[in-house]
Amino acid sequence: MTVALENTTTTTIHGDRVSLLRVLGPAHVWALGVGIVLVGEFTGWNFSADKGGALAALIVCWVVGLLYTSVAMIDSEVTSTVAAAGGQYAQAKHIVGPLMAFNVALFLVFAYTMLEVSDAILLGDTIVAKAGVEGLTHNSFIAATIVVLAWLNYRGVLMTLNVNFVITAIAYVSIVILFFSVSPWTQGAVLKLNELVTPGNALPYGWIGVIAAFQFGIWYYLGIEGTTQAAEEVRSPARSLPYGTMAGMITLLIAAAMTWYVCASLMPWEYLGITYYPLWDAGKLTGSPLLENLLFIATLLAALASANGCINDAARAWFSLGRDRYLPSWFSAVHPKYRTPYRSILFLLPIALAFAFIADLNQAITFSILSGVLQYTFMSINIMMFRKKWPLGSIRRGYTHPFHPLPAIVLFCLCVVTFFAIFLGFGSQLIAMVAFYFLISLWFHFYRYKFVRRGDQFTMPWPKPQGY
Amino acid sequence: MSRYTPPEQSKAGQVFDIAVVVVAIFVALWLPLKLGLAGAAKSIDALDAKTWEALGQNPTMASIWEKLGYTPETAHDVIQNRFHYIIDWPTLIIMAAVLIGYFVFLFRASDREYRDVINEKFDDK
Repeated sequence: MTVALENTTTTTIHGDRVSLLRVLGPAHVWALGVGIVLVGEFTGWNFSADKGGALAALIVCWVVGLLYTSVAMIDSEVTSTVAAAGGQYAQAKHIVGPLMAFNVALFLVFAYTMLEVSDAILLGDTIVAKAGVEGLTHNSFIAATIVVLAWLNYRGVLMTLNVNFVITAIAYVSIVILFFSVSPWTQGAVLKLNELVTPGNALPYGWIGVIAAFQFGIWYYLGIEGTTQAAEEVRSPARSLPYGTMAGMITLLIAAAMTWYVCASLMPWEYLGITYYPLWDAGKLTGSPLLENLLFIATLLAALASANGCINDAARAWFSLGRDRYLPSWFSAVHPKYRTPYRSILFLLPIALAFAFIADLNQAITFSILSGVLQYTFMSINIMMFRKKWPLGSIRRGYTHPFHPLPAIVLFCLCVVTFFAIFLGFGSQLIAMVAFYFLISLWFHFYRYKFVRRGDQFTMPWPKPQGY
Repeated sequence: MSRYTPPEQSKAGQVFDIAVVVVAIFVALWLPLKLGLAGAAKSIDALDAKTWEALGQNPTMASIWEKLGYTPETAHDVIQNRFHYIIDWPTLIIMAAVLIGYFVFLFRASDREYRDVINEKFDDK
C-alpha cells in the first residue's frame, strides 16, 4: 500500500519513509538541461526565419541567448538557495505565494508537456520522411515514443538521465561534425551564405520581422531552466545546479551559432523557415550520405533526449502540486520500488498523447513557448522580490549572480518583446492561453486554496522576510 | 495566530478536482486548435508568372530548391506564403490588458495568501 504524505518529499510504505533519491551530479544536470533543449537546434528555431528572414534568425539567436543567460544567472542564485523538487515552483512558493506557485507549476507542466509533444511529432515525421512509404503516418511512432519514454521515467531517474547524457552527447557531436565537415572557413565550396542571404532578402519584413522572430528564437534554448527540477535528486545542489546550468548555456550558445551558420549557408530562407528538420536537410544538401544519415539519427536522438527530460520535469512539477495539496494529494505518491513520482508520470501520459495527435508542430511549439515566456516574466520579478525580502547577507546563498538588477531588467524587457512577437501572427493563441491561466487561478484562489496547510508552505530555514 | 486546519478532501472530491483540471487543460489547449485560433496567420501572395526569377530566387537558390525536389510551380506556395504584419491595435490592447490584469491579480492574490503563510509559520515560533 502506498500512502501519500503531504508537505514532505516522502511516501510511507509499510511504515518506512521513502523519498526521491539523491543520485545526480553536475553531468546529469547538464544532460537534463541540454538534453531538453538541444532538439531546438534540430527543429523549431528555423521557424524564426519564417517570421523574419535568415538574418532575423541570427539576431534573435544572440539576443534571446542574452535572455537565457539572464534566466540561467537568476535561476542559479535562487535555486542554489531554494533547493527543492519543483524548481521554480518551490521558489515561487517561498518568495511570492501559493497562487503564484500554482501558476508556475502549470507553466512548467505545459511548457514541458507541449515540448514533449513537439519532440514526438518531430520524431514521427522524421521517420516517415526517411521511410518514404506511401500511406505511412506518424501516429504509431508518436505513440511508441511517448509510451516508452514514460515507462523509462517510471523505472527511475538515474537510468533516465544516464540515457539522456549519452544520446545528448551523440546529438551534440553530430552538429560539431557537420560544422567542420562543410569547411566553415571557406565560402563557395559547400557553403554559399553570400548567395543565399543577400542584402535584398536578409530581412524580408524589415525590423518588425526581427521582433516577430523572437517567438521562435526562444526555441533555441527553451527548457534550460529545467535543470532546477532535479534539485531534490542532486547530491550537491548548491554546486551542481549553477555549474550544470551555466555549462549547458555555453554549450547551447555554441551549438545555436554553428547551426544557424551551416543551415543559412545551405538553404534559402523561405525553405529554412518551413522545414521540420533543418539540420537533417543540411546533411542531405552537403551531398554526403554519411552526414545525411548521421544527422537523421541525431535528429531522432535529440527528440528522444528532449522528450525524456520533459517527462521527467513535468512529472516532478505535477508531483509537487499534489504534495502541497494544490492539487489532489493522490498525485504525490512516490513509487515504492523505483522511487519516482509514478502517478504524475502516468497522469500526464494520455494528455501528451492526445495533443500529439491533434496539434501540429508549430502549434505545439507555440503552446510551449507561451508557457515558457510567462514563466520567465515571473522569474524577472521573483528575483527582485527575493533580494528585497532577503537582502544579501541575510541568508546563505549557494551562488550570488552579478550585476543585479540588470539581468532581471533585461529579462523582463525581452519577455515584453517576446509577448509582442507572439502577438504578431499567433495573438489569438496567446489570449486563449492567458485566459485559461486566469480562470484556473480564480478556481485555485477561491476554492482549492482551502485545502492547503498555510504554514507548511514555507520550509526553508530562513528568517522572516522583510516587510512582513 | 491560530493554526489553520484545512478540511480533509474526500476521494470523490479529489476525483472531481482532477476532472476539473483535465477539462480545463483540454479546453485551453484543444479549443484554440478546434476554433482555428492557433497557428500562424499567413496568406499566399499569388504570382501569375511562376518562374525562379519572378519568385526572387537567384541561380544558387534555384539549384537548391531543385535539389530539394521543388519546381517553380511547387515552390510558389512556399515562397509566397507570407506573414502580413499589420498591428491590429484593438487586439493588441486587449492582449496587453489581459496579460497585465492576469499578472496584477496573480501577485496581489498571492501576496494575500503569502501573508497567511508567513503569519502562521513565524507566529508559531
